[in-house]
Amino acid sequence: MSGATEIQNLKSRDPFAEADEDSGQTTQTQEYIHIRIQQRNGRKTLTTVQGIPAKFDHKKILKVIKKEFACNGTIISDTESKGMGEVIQLQGDHRIKIRDFLVDNESGLGLDEKTIKIHGF
Amino acid sequence: MVATPNDDTKDTAMSHTPRTPPLSAALGAFTDASSAPADSAADGAVPAADSNPDGLDLSLMKKKKKKVKKEEDGEAAEGEAAAGGDEAIDLSMKKKKKKKVTKEEDEFAKKLEALKLEGGEGAEAPADENVQDGDMDKGTGIWQHDETRTINYDPLLSRFFALLAQKNPDHASSGTRSYKIPPPQCLREGNKKTIFANLPEICKRMKRADEHVTAYLFAELGTSGSVAGSGQLVIKGRFQQKQIENVLRTYIIEYVTCKTCRSPNTELSKGENRLYFITCNSCGSRRSVQAIKTGFSAQVGKRRKMQQG
Ligand SMILES: [Zn+2]
Repeated sequence: MSGATEIQNLKSRDPFAEADEDSGQTTQTQEYIHIRIQQRNGRKTLTTVQGIPAKFDHKKILKVIKKEFACNGTIISDTESKGMGEVIQLQGDHRIKIRDFLVDNESGLGLDEKTIKIHGF
Repeated sequence: MVATPNDDTKDTAMSHTPRTPPLSAALGAFTDASSAPADSAADGAVPAADSNPDGLDLSLMKKKKKKVKKEEDGEAAEGEAAAGGDEAIDLSMKKKKKKKVTKEEDEFAKKLEALKLEGGEGAEAPADENVQDGDMDKGTGIWQHDETRTINYDPLLSRFFALLAQKNPDHASSGTRSYKIPPPQCLREGNKKTIFANLPEICKRMKRADEHVTAYLFAELGTSGSVAGSGQLVIKGRFQQKQIENVLRTYIIEYVTCKTCRSPNTELSKGENRLYFITCNSCGSRRSVQAIKTGFSAQVGKRRKMQQG
């Protein structure tokens, strides 16, 4: 019990990944997929999904999502997101639906739920 | 029935209070009184009086009178008397009484029990009159060794919990009791800003730096803000108390509670290699935590200006 230490930060292959991120450089291995929400004016919100593995075609994903969630969205390129990789940005709060989509094995990407982090309120 | 839990708790409290023999003696008198009437049905009112040597309050006196009357009236009036005598007792009690009309002694014992119960209930009122104070640890006042007064249920209960906490300090800090922070106070400033008024208070409670909590709030809410004069946090955007509360909850899970023993009694410190560590003060466990990262943040509003500028 006592003295047990978990080192979360070192789970990724590259122990210096964090340092690189802090200095604004791109990192190869991103642990988590971050789903965030941002307030716009009034009741409007944006959902951003950061860190979907590069092996998936982001454009195709966006196309499917837009139809399924009946919302507009766009892909923020790596340069635009200041080195945080391609980010899918959707209009409205679709955090739960996106999570379900990413986890779903049949109609989604079949990702591990543990790699997904939902942020926000 | 109501009498049972009452007596049970009294018993437990008693068993945990070895330092007060007079109490057990008094309680013994109490219980004796309930069993006594079988032998001495004629002077039924006397044991009741004995059980409360201090001279009972008015309410009990009244009941005593009723009791005497009941005896005189005999069986015939018993049903009615029972109904009138114990308003506090539920229907089931009455029913039972009616069933046992034939057994006079049983009936009487039952009634006396009811009386005792009522006396116990009534004792809450006189507690205000003759306050049972005194230091438990020093053994003064009601807790005096040769004190013969019956100690009320409430002080006994608090004594039990005080002793429990005293003898088992680990108990209090274990995960059984939920961790409580004051609810965040959210005010609206104008149309687009939210004021989080009691941030310093909450941070103090969690033993975390205001800046750390603020950074986390901003990162999670995807917004920014500033600190006003008296430590209030001004957050851009409209947020409800519940939303702030949810974020604080995740903050507590992530940065406050110990993952091993779930104690919130932890310290956040910057270790080597810009890693942050949480050290538990209860079990000594140490774990690293993620630094707060804002991650991707979309341009909201004023985009054209930004691009031009
Ligand atoms: Zn611990």
